[in-house]
Amino acid sequence: MPYKLMLSALLAAGLAAPALANPYETTLKNGLRVIVKEDRRAPTAVQMVWYRIGSMDEVDGQSGVAHVLEHMMFKGTPTVGPGEFNKRVAAAGGRDNAFTSRDYTAYFQQVPKEKLEDVMALEADRMRHLTVDEKEFAQEIKVVMEERRMRTDDNPQSKLYEQMNAVAFQAHPYRRPIIGWMSDLEAMTAADAKAWYDTWYVPNNAYVVVTGDVDHQAVFALAEKYYGPLEGRTLPVGKPQTEPKQEGTRRVTVKAPAELPTLIMAYKGPTLRDVEKDKDPYALEMLSAILDGHDAARFNKKLVREDKVALSVDIGYDGTTRGPGMIYMSGTPAEGRTVADLEAALRAEIARVQKDGVSEAELKRAKAQLIASQVYKLDSMFGQAMEIGQIESVGISYKKLDRMLEKLQQVTAADVQAAARTWFNDDTLTVGVLDPQQLDGKPRRPAMAGRH
Amino acid sequence: MSKIAMKSLFTAAVALFFAQTALAGVKIEHWVASSGARVYFVESRVLPMLDVQIDFAAGSAFDTVGKSGLAAITRGILDLGAGERDESQIAEQLADLGANLAGGADTDRASVSLRTLSARDKRDPALDILKLVVTRPSFDAAILDREKTRTIAALKEAMTRPDSIAGKAFWAALYPNHPYGRQAEPDTVAAIQRADVVAFHQRYYTAANASVTLVGDLSRADAEKIAEVLTADLPKGEAVPLPPAPGAPAKGLKKLAHPASQAHVFIGLPTIERGNPDFFPLLVGNYTLGGGGFVSRLMKEVRDKRGYAYSVYSYIAPMRQPGPFQIGLQTKRSQAQDAIKVARGILDEFVKIGPTEEELAAAKANLIGSFPLRLDSNRKLLDNASVIGFFGLPLDYLDTYQAKVQAVTIDDIRAAFGRRVRPADLVTVTVAAD
Repeated sequence: MPYKLMLSALLAAGLAAPALANPYETTLKNGLRVIVKEDRRAPTAVQMVWYRIGSMDEVDGQSGVAHVLEHMMFKGTPTVGPGEFNKRVAAAGGRDNAFTSRDYTAYFQQVPKEKLEDVMALEADRMRHLTVDEKEFAQEIKVVMEERRMRTDDNPQSKLYEQMNAVAFQAHPYRRPIIGWMSDLEAMTAADAKAWYDTWYVPNNAYVVVTGDVDHQAVFALAEKYYGPLEGRTLPVGKPQTEPKQEGTRRVTVKAPAELPTLIMAYKGPTLRDVEKDKDPYALEMLSAILDGHDAARFNKKLVREDKVALSVDIGYDGTTRGPGMIYMSGTPAEGRTVADLEAALRAEIARVQKDGVSEAELKRAKAQLIASQVYKLDSMFGQAMEIGQIESVGISYKKLDRMLEKLQQVTAADVQAAARTWFNDDTLTVGVLDPQQLDGKPRRPAMAGRH
Repeated sequence: MSKIAMKSLFTAAVALFFAQTALAGVKIEHWVASSGARVYFVESRVLPMLDVQIDFAAGSAFDTVGKSGLAAITRGILDLGAGERDESQIAEQLADLGANLAGGADTDRASVSLRTLSARDKRDPALDILKLVVTRPSFDAAILDREKTRTIAALKEAMTRPDSIAGKAFWAALYPNHPYGRQAEPDTVAAIQRADVVAFHQRYYTAANASVTLVGDLSRADAEKIAEVLTADLPKGEAVPLPPAPGAPAKGLKKLAHPASQAHVFIGLPTIERGNPDFFPLLVGNYTLGGGGFVSRLMKEVRDKRGYAYSVYSYIAPMRQPGPFQIGLQTKRSQAQDAIKVARGILDEFVKIGPTEEELAAAKANLIGSFPLRLDSNRKLLDNASVIGFFGLPLDYLDTYQAKVQAVTIDDIRAAFGRRVRPADLVTVTVAAD
């Protein structure tokens, strides 16, 4: 079922990534790019269609429309009835789904290779011919509200994350949740969804990624046949909505039914724009691996195992985004310890990196894991298609993936220390705290962060 | 978070996967190591990597009464110190090799799995660590205490979540007098002592109780050598007998209060064990009922037509002993009763009448046609082969799967659902429903 891509999935994908062999690409006259990675290990294929449009392109009052439209994409065209898309993919022995992120919206099918043509025809059809029916919309918007209740309203950690972003960003649209505010969903109309589709769903705003046991020339020919006749259209020019410089720590507290408090510390981080010249995104990627890349990495070893200040602790950095980058640290304090204790402990770990740097052994270990992960990732055809699609979504060519891997391998201990000094800056920090409440609404235990 | 708290979810995920798994043309080689451990091997030379998984019949079904959580915590701390190495040395050496050690304990199984590059200088030291953690875990008392504390905290957290509360109540109601229904609680975890863990390991982590699955860039001869060495130091042991089959469920409605905005609903009962001949009619029938994703009846009626739920599904999860049939959905708390009525109406009608000819054809087309997708990675090959090995399914299970799906008739489905999914015996659990 359509789902929004959650933060953790984005973080997990991270920067890591080369392509060992072939990808081939072509661009149709209507502006649609087609990228094919041949992988003949099994008689299956993956098609993904990526639209360069996500929740960050929405405007106030219409939050969630990118994701709602993603749901509506399964509701039919003049030639394919409502629900028929899923039915045809299922009949072909395939699986399909879609996801919406801040930066893009993507649709995919995994099929036996003989069925690739069928699903290319289906995706091409709904790229320009979607029916946004009032009645179908009226049902589907209720489904999306249930999705919001499940993923966010009844999930204390999601709620905290939503609130933290709403505070960390003021001008930039990353402040709005992908799934949309409930009142915006309640006020949304079929016409809003239709307008979104008409504006953004055009071949020159999309690219197709195919991986699997296919011949790239044959795929190009199929793309020409099915996507080729669709007309491109000039896209509206967006406003930059640049986030102003943050000039002091921000704090937000969320009360929700839970047993344990949660702490999130989010620093504004760099984004990768120039694969050759940028340095810090690579350095921060390696730092994340050194802090949290295995069970004996610094965070788990020191904070969970030795000092027992945390039950669990994580760091995530995503530098390949269209909007501002963020470095997230989050965790749950151990029983008898407070979020203030945990915040202090995390700060101490960062200060240790800033002051003493990291060891060569730690860096070497992180690089060894990176090399192995490049082999393991080839075990999944879907993962390979995701990797190409995600890097393309921020305007970096998949051809740079190998180079990015080399750049990661070149990171030095001095680079890591310098990046830690630059980016872990209190003035750009936002701290979020989940204050757990008993199920009857009473406070469970003190969880407020100390003042700094 | 906690392996214990995740028990029902993990079981559900595994069950979903295997309820729909199969394939032809994968050569699974099988032999018995001189230790007595059963070995399953799939050679796959495409990528320079190797997966090895050791499964023991050492899941939570074997927890000592009053010490639920023992199986999970034993597995959880297995790799936190072994032989001369402490927990940090193990994690650092694995990272240096680029290897990953994973696994966990579910209801039936405790698994330890290793993914490594297949180059000898990486593979051999990684396999040494795998052998060490399985055969010579330290079970350090301080580490046990630390992990007990973390587990208890996670259990308490889980018991504030509507889905966890519902899952726990559902399993308890399905299996009132059977180990499948007993689940870890803060006090049962607190009661676990180091001696319990040591004894559990000695009794259940034995060669007779183990199946080893290897998939990857490896010759048969090398696979034999590796399996010999890996299991040589395991106690011989004996295959552990299963508890008596589960009795009748605590049927009827169990309604639990919670402040959430959405109600969580589970409906079901115990059905069949692995290898039961009713599996194929239930699998094919359930595709139409609620297993076929967007095209199932439950999805169409509950989600598409009424907008009641984002997620609604049904599945059959055969286990070593009769596993559950389960319907699940989440909906705005004020409309929970309506949603249950709709779901029950669909189920009752399906049990009585079965699918239409057209639905049966669609189910077969997908289950048979999607076959290649179930085998297109080493990870999937490992999952399939290890299930066949652990549950003792026939080695040609995958080869005959498509034909068995193809042979199912509407009468078979009606008969199997009539036997196994008896509406009068159903358990319904709701959390946060008005």
